[in-house]
Amino acid sequence: MTRKAVITGVGVVAPGGVGREAFWDTLTAGRTATREITLFDASEFRSRIAAEADFDAVAAGLSAREIRRMDRAAQFAVVSAREALRDSGITGVDPGRIAVSIGSAVGCTMGLEEEYAVLSDGGRQWLVDHTYGVPHLYGYMVPSTLAVEVANEVSAEGPVGLISTGCTSGLDAVSHGAQLIQEGAADLVLAGATDAPISPITSACFDAIKATSPSNHDAAHASRPFDKRRDGFVLGEGSAVMVLEEEESARRRGAHIYAEVAGFASRSNAFHMTGLKPDGREMAEAITVALRRAKLDKSDVDYINAHGSGTKQNDRHETAAFKRSLGNRAYEVPVSSIKSMVGHSLGAIGSIEVAACALALDRQVVPPTANLHHADPECDLDYVPLVAREHAMDAVLSVGSGFGGFQTAMLLTRV
Amino acid sequence: MADTVITGLGVFAPTGIGAEEHWTAVLDGKSGIGHITRFDASGYPVVLAGEVPGFDAREHVPGRLIPQTDTWTHLALAAAEAALADSGADPKSLPEYEMAVVTSSSSGGTAFGQGEMERLYQKGPSWVGAYQSIAWFYAATTGQISIQHGMRGPCGVICAEQAGGLDVVAQARRLLRTQSRLVVTGGTDSAMCPYGLVAQMANGLMSTSDDPARAYVPFDADARGYVPGEGGAILIAERAEGAEGRGYGAILGHASGFDQSERTGRPPVLAATIRRALDDAGLNPSGVDVVFADAAGTPELDRIEAEALAAVFGPRGVPVTAPKTLTGRLYGGGAPLDVATALLALRDGVIPHTAGTERLARGMEIDLVLGQPRQQPLSTALVVARGYGGFTAALVLGRGDRA
Repeated sequence: MTRKAVITGVGVVAPGGVGREAFWDTLTAGRTATREITLFDASEFRSRIAAEADFDAVAAGLSAREIRRMDRAAQFAVVSAREALRDSGITGVDPGRIAVSIGSAVGCTMGLEEEYAVLSDGGRQWLVDHTYGVPHLYGYMVPSTLAVEVANEVSAEGPVGLISTGCTSGLDAVSHGAQLIQEGAADLVLAGATDAPISPITSACFDAIKATSPSNHDAAHASRPFDKRRDGFVLGEGSAVMVLEEEESARRRGAHIYAEVAGFASRSNAFHMTGLKPDGREMAEAITVALRRAKLDKSDVDYINAHGSGTKQNDRHETAAFKRSLGNRAYEVPVSSIKSMVGHSLGAIGSIEVAACALALDRQVVPPTANLHHADPECDLDYVPLVAREHAMDAVLSVGSGFGGFQTAMLLTRV
Repeated sequence: MADTVITGLGVFAPTGIGAEEHWTAVLDGKSGIGHITRFDASGYPVVLAGEVPGFDAREHVPGRLIPQTDTWTHLALAAAEAALADSGADPKSLPEYEMAVVTSSSSGGTAFGQGEMERLYQKGPSWVGAYQSIAWFYAATTGQISIQHGMRGPCGVICAEQAGGLDVVAQARRLLRTQSRLVVTGGTDSAMCPYGLVAQMANGLMSTSDDPARAYVPFDADARGYVPGEGGAILIAERAEGAEGRGYGAILGHASGFDQSERTGRPPVLAATIRRALDDAGLNPSGVDVVFADAAGTPELDRIEAEALAAVFGPRGVPVTAPKTLTGRLYGGGAPLDVATALLALRDGVIPHTAGTERLARGMEIDLVLGQPRQQPLSTALVVARGYGGFTAALVLGRGDRA
């Protein structure tokens, strides 16, 4: 008998509000959390906008030592993991049967950069001064620290890993976690992703390739996926961590089940590190394979949570992928991008979107695409502009696309 | 069941470029560890490292990719090319969605990142180059290999410090069992820049000795930490069916766990992880002919490993070796290189010795192969790897049928 992986706990740190319910409020209100960058002085940058989390580490329950030790991305992940565990109510699992699968695109980049600035004396010393190094510097260098911190939250002794496939990291980490449940390698998995990339080096590298929006005059409305006036993505930050369990044991303990992680697949375009071909072929293939694994037909898909980053090439690429894989069904279902509200938090966003899909299924409400006033004529699907929508859903599709050419699709179903 | 095999080895390591050059150096006990040459490290407490000797990216990597990628990716692109050639597989004849790339990385494009941060802090944001966005992040190597060889299957990157190098091989096996025909796996790392070295030093586990022969001596009474290194190995994994006569060895079993002993006082998980890997391989401990140890090189971590091996195999119950004393610890590249070395040992029926280590610390109840290689028929090998923070992995390999 096959084991099914279900989501029984959801924890979120996102722009617009910390915690799962604040996040859901932001989405269903169609409220945007993008603004002028406050985390550093961005006055010399091309894009000076980001979706920042109003995260108070003390209020979030972290101790002084945890705050000292952990990079912002680790703080997000640990706070999300705690919320997910509380939400699920799960206890008493053998540590050897607990696994962790956390995704991150850029790891502890903020801590690494801050320490670099000190050790190099503002970039003046190539031979950086080791006597200024903090004891946790190695923990910033290796992104695996993010998985370590979450593993320590639950004293996990099963498989623990950090998945880093750029902007599909979040979907890939949840997929991997679900796989561990399905294979019987674990009975409880903390799966999700985290990123805190709003720092000078990350902003500068996206400036250099003009990937981020320069709409600095209108920061609150700068993330405009599928709108013809879109001009790049808006950097975000945050984390979502889910509790995954085997369905039968979740039912036995009477857990609330948000959704089943029913199918997932990934493909690569082997084309370009940042470029996408407009035909959406590899993403379409990932969707088709994920549907097959979930034993669903394309007509079963009730909602698509789009990658919707707000770059012209992405929006056209994935619109083509939806049509190619789902045929007419692509025109019949709502499609929306929460990046219009919470920005693009690189590897974390995939898991935040899984959380959004789990909540959408649970509450039968589709989050909207904010800031969509003038649809790109080449993007001719129903992108749920501006206003959330009540909608009956049994199966939802979430997709991600990222640097390296990676394309991932996941199906969540109501159980 | 031996359903998946390793058919190609691409080695770029401090012990040499190419699997055979590496293997000869290992059997000769020829160390790749020396004083750091890439930059002036004389002012730092750690002055030794294993650098890949004579590596010139221009000889191995397409010219346009050199400025777009970090040294860590140069090494992996070169190793992937070598491994594919060695495997005898023809990627052009395989369905594009049935080939995948899954690599381990521990620290990404560190030297590239230091260079770009220097420009940012010295000159300003507009001086940061366009390639920072694709060179530094941990997925750069997998993405570039996928593009270079037209592999459109499910690609992945696992970061679990040194243990990630075994977990990627397990992920390759998982893909081969379900959907792929060929997976490029293994990994490399290179953090050979001042900031990279200083960041590594912060873990407090590195040797500050300046004697290349004795700086990294795991299980020795004088163990005082490890020496860092760069490079690693890229491996080609394929389904056994269709790879007849090409396999260096089979992937028989794997398990991974996470050690909480230091934090919680619970027993270390290494012994249980090894037992689970043996179960997965369908082997009893007596069925293992040699163990390639993690060999952390610090007294406490060495003791935990020796106790786990003694618990599973009995005191001195199986030959144990750690040829990584010749390269230093290579992070994401370390365990894949151990897999390559173990496969070559299985092929030739010889256990390479642990160069450097002379006198076992008190209480190390293991049969560590010292002094010179030991000739004996070998059918199976266990490779152990642990990563900073608690990552623990074990992989069981079986001898191949390579003609």
